[in-house]
Amino acid sequence: MNLIRTARRGAKSPLILGLALTFALAVAGCSSNDNGQNSLKPAGRNARLIDDLFIPVLIVASVIGVLVVAATVVFAIKFRHREGKDDNPKQIHGSTPLEIGWTIVPALILAVVAVPTIATIFKIAEEPKGEVLEATVAGKQWWWEAEYKKQDKVSGTNIDQSIVTATEIHMIAGVPLKIDLKSDNVIHSFWIPELGGKQDVIPGRKQGITLYADEPGTFLGVCTEYCGLSHANMKMRVIVQTKEDFNAWMAGQQQGPAQPWTGEIEELTGATFACTNCHLFNDSSKTAYAPNLTHLASRSTFAGGVFELNRKNLVDWILNAPGMVPMQAKDCRLPPPATCVGMPSYTKDTPKGDYPVMTRAQAETIADYLLAEK
Amino acid sequence: MEQAAIAPPAGGAHASTPVHAGHGDHETSTGVTNTKLAMWIFLSSECLLFGALIATYLLYRGRSKGIEPADVYNIPFTSATSFILLMSSLTMVLALAAIQRADYRRTKIWLVATALFGMTFVGGQVYEFTEFVRQGVRVDTNLFGSSFYLLTGLHGLHVTVGIVWLLSLWGLTTQGRLQQKDSETIEISGLYWHFVDVVWIVIFTVVYLIPR
Amino acid sequence: MTTTLTVPKVKRSIFRRPRATTGFRSWFTTVDHKKIGIMYATTAMVFLVIGGIEALLIRLQLAAPNGTVLTASQYNTMFTMHGTTMVFLMGMPLAVAFGNYLIPLQIGARDVAFPRLNAFGYWVVLFGGIFIYSSFVLGGAPNGGWFGYTPLTSSPISLGALPGRGPDFWTVGLIMLGIGSTTSAVNFIVTILNMRAPGMTLMRMPVFCWMMLVVAFLTVFAMPIVTVALTMVWWDRNLMSNFFNAAAGGDPLLYQHLFWLFGHPEVYILILPGMGIVSEILPVMSRKPLFGYSVVVFSGIAIGFLGWGVWAHHMFVTGLGPVAVSAFGLSTMLIAIPTGVKIFNWLGTVWGGSIRLNTPMLFSLGFIAMFTIGGLSGVLHSVVPADTQQTDTYFVVAHFHYVLFGGLVFAIFGGIFYWFPLLYGRFMNEKLGKVTFWLTLIGFNLTFFPMHILGLEGQARRTYRYSEGMGFDALNLAATVGSFVIAVAVLLLLVNILVSRRHGAVAPHDPWDARSLEWSVSSYPPPEYNFEEIPQVEARDEYWHRKYTEDESGRLVRLPSGGADAPSAGAVATLEPDGGGEGGAVVPSGGGHGAGGHGIHMPSPSYFPILMCAGLPVIGYGVVFQNWYLGALGVLILIVGMYAWALEPSSE
Repeated sequence: MNLIRTARRGAKSPLILGLALTFALAVAGCSSNDNGQNSLKPAGRNARLIDDLFIPVLIVASVIGVLVVAATVVFAIKFRHREGKDDNPKQIHGSTPLEIGWTIVPALILAVVAVPTIATIFKIAEEPKGEVLEATVAGKQWWWEAEYKKQDKVSGTNIDQSIVTATEIHMIAGVPLKIDLKSDNVIHSFWIPELGGKQDVIPGRKQGITLYADEPGTFLGVCTEYCGLSHANMKMRVIVQTKEDFNAWMAGQQQGPAQPWTGEIEELTGATFACTNCHLFNDSSKTAYAPNLTHLASRSTFAGGVFELNRKNLVDWILNAPGMVPMQAKDCRLPPPATCVGMPSYTKDTPKGDYPVMTRAQAETIADYLLAEK
Repeated sequence: MEQAAIAPPAGGAHASTPVHAGHGDHETSTGVTNTKLAMWIFLSSECLLFGALIATYLLYRGRSKGIEPADVYNIPFTSATSFILLMSSLTMVLALAAIQRADYRRTKIWLVATALFGMTFVGGQVYEFTEFVRQGVRVDTNLFGSSFYLLTGLHGLHVTVGIVWLLSLWGLTTQGRLQQKDSETIEISGLYWHFVDVVWIVIFTVVYLIPR
Repeated sequence: MTTTLTVPKVKRSIFRRPRATTGFRSWFTTVDHKKIGIMYATTAMVFLVIGGIEALLIRLQLAAPNGTVLTASQYNTMFTMHGTTMVFLMGMPLAVAFGNYLIPLQIGARDVAFPRLNAFGYWVVLFGGIFIYSSFVLGGAPNGGWFGYTPLTSSPISLGALPGRGPDFWTVGLIMLGIGSTTSAVNFIVTILNMRAPGMTLMRMPVFCWMMLVVAFLTVFAMPIVTVALTMVWWDRNLMSNFFNAAAGGDPLLYQHLFWLFGHPEVYILILPGMGIVSEILPVMSRKPLFGYSVVVFSGIAIGFLGWGVWAHHMFVTGLGPVAVSAFGLSTMLIAIPTGVKIFNWLGTVWGGSIRLNTPMLFSLGFIAMFTIGGLSGVLHSVVPADTQQTDTYFVVAHFHYVLFGGLVFAIFGGIFYWFPLLYGRFMNEKLGKVTFWLTLIGFNLTFFPMHILGLEGQARRTYRYSEGMGFDALNLAATVGSFVIAVAVLLLLVNILVSRRHGAVAPHDPWDARSLEWSVSSYPPPEYNFEEIPQVEARDEYWHRKYTEDESGRLVRLPSGGADAPSAGAVATLEPDGGGEGGAVVPSGGGHGAGGHGIHMPSPSYFPILMCAGLPVIGYGVVFQNWYLGALGVLILIVGMYAWALEPSSE
């Protein structure tokens, strides 16, 4: 019963409580990290629901943690054996009231935690109400593809034709984005920390996630299920826009290529280097094995969201993509059934036979074409 | 199997005769001999092995594309081999009863009979597999093929191990190295054999009989 | 050493039965649970170093943004092998090492129930470990993660999701290790249930034995499940079956259910031995009985049971639906209760004691503190919505390292210092030990505490690089520095072990004034037969009660009947162990080994466990390379070993 008294004294001790709070606030304080991917900076309904649940529980857990750690230290010092001290302590074998107490108290604390937990689970699982934007996002190795099918549920939008893009998902501030997630390869996990928790993307299963965002902004995310060699290079971003900006973007995506995809560029990307085995250059309405490049220049990043889209990066990438992001695509240019994951190197992985090596000038031609396709 | 010798030292205060290791006839804390207890625990582990496989089969039942179980099953044939396997449990019991009354001739007969029944079953399974493959059910055909062959194949492997075990015991009995006092050896192999039989009853019901 | 010399030459054996119980060769044939325990421990420590080096490489790679120490492919191999090694080749074998050495001694038995099976289990771990690691030179190391999620691991080799033979080595190797741990678990269960000394009722058993009993049951039931899962992965990869092939209707999620149905009990397989070790050390060093013995035991059992009902908390973001995740969130909260009860009972044990703050005790106290933090972050994960943010981030990495490193490893380090005198008759260096403790504690927290924050700030697991400007730099650098501090601590520990074996301070008999029977043996290390006379057990903490009693007020009173280890009146020891009593003496009085051990039949060494086990990796290589001749050869070796074993009497 001394134990109880000490514990009580401990709980009352402002020092310990202060420590716990400082600790919890320090953790919460790391929400100062402004990297666009910080789960402690909720920017929409679901993320905020989670945060509002997590922080109080974190504080409770921190208080308990600091109390137990402090008790361990205090007991160890207080009861340590010293020369001349009595070495025959009272033999306490146990205490039924205490056992009952420290079974019931944690159970009660957990019961208190359980109620909002379950409420939040169901709140997050609710179907979005009102106007909802819809998209399909597919996890690929190692990039994300987003498809907006023709829809008219959001007033004042212009999605009258399907468009396909990669890596960057656009949505409207204040309008939930309901995403169907799918994969035809391995398991990925979709996660935009500041807009909510994650959702695994498992082949053969139906799954989805709804994103809510309050204000325009750019929110980063990463694939969080190990999906092979370049799992670390599978990033994405959600670009939250006003309805006007979204409409403008959508209108741009719905157009055909700005320059004719004929002549030299068709020759280079087609017959010569077989880019068209996987990519699409002149039709933004279809999905392809690899990212749809019709409006590549409308994006700020490429290659799984790892690199900023600029001329130097793009030329290097076209020449030797596996040098920038590890891939498994040595056989890419061979006729089927050769399989590949990612892009081959056009300077190194040249199969025997009639497969030319790409020159820098050729890569620049392709890059310049792509960079003009807003 | 084996036992640690924990016999008290010869001539010690306790009067029990020094027990030679290898025979489980000294006292244990539970009263069950070590080997028998170990076999029970092993079999409980096996339950989960087959449990996981049967669960997999049930989960995938009816989700296959292409050829269906109903297209290939020959229920009368499998029922017959299943019956033979069940009968082998009876002969197993008779073998144990025989050695317990030191009737080594019958012990040998029943051990061989059990093994033969088991072989008949495995032979039937081999025939069944070949027939299925001929009709187009392979491991890579569809979910049915995959889960069927893994489950029944692993069971067949268990029966085969049991047959080898029984024949080994038959050999030992023939050499006179398995005596009445060793009857537990046969009892334990019997535990295994009965377990394999019981598992087959479950598999046969789940895989062959329950209509889909 | 002399106990088996009365054996006549045996004709039946294929070759002459090994006799030596000392010398280099004896290690290959021994069936002595203590030697096997030491072999387990040695092997596990080697794998600790290997897994540790892998961890250091991982940390070096992540020390700064866009690290170039490892390639992506090497990094993926490193985290796969770090996890696999630490779980299957370090954690489990080290726990089994303690169990092997201590269980028979603590329950008053002369050996485990199946000594040769025990040796077999050890050789499986060694050969299985070598088998898995041989993949580095034989076609690519495992790179599918220690969890090996399908369809990444199960997509057919020809499709190249994970090229190379790595995942095949991994599946076959883990099945092999599963065979080993199942045999040792069966052995432990039978030993604990059947071989207890007279009077050693279950509720008088040391808590460590209790925890190992629970662990053994968990192992027996968990291993077959993962065996099935791994077999299906191998079939899918190599035989083009469709278990996890979504295109054919297979469900990749089935693998996760099976894996975590094994994997969560596996967590308790790793942590419960640590809880057992700490429950032994705390009372001894506090000179008080364990607070609430029966509650500690039953909460351990409760954890064992509940551990089967929480597996899906590893799968909260797989889309199980709100009802299922709520249920598993609740069951996960539930399991926190018995865990918390244990922690409070340990604190109750320390309370009011007369605490020796030596290295074993420091590690045990460190265990309580660190494990509590890990437990609490586990509770945070039971808050499902929070888990959807934290899972697969560094927050989870922090959590389970607090549980497994702060838990199991702290306990094991403490256990090594505690039981070292029993094994070698010498203490480990105490000053070095304290340095080791503080370095471990500081390095550990420096490494893993920042990971909580990194995870919340969005750093995902299993990523070989992170970009600049994400604000991850400083904390990752701190973690890397911390990991090297841990490495120094582990190095000091190993040096301490190696040097102290021969040069440590000589330990007196019963150096800690301990409570359980292993310390009552006549010499350190214990004779091969452990006890001259099987002890008669009268009480929980039997050895303590032979030395002490309590007065009316519950104060400790030393029994008058003599030295440090005079047997209590109830003991039926016919030999007078260590009559002199005053320190120093570590051999029994009277005739020493010869007289003490004369006439005790101990199981004889045997070639066959290692021979039979040698068949397993051969089968493994046959399976991985689909070379059926090799496989058949392996089966042949296995069968020859098995028959020779079965026909060989366990002692002669």
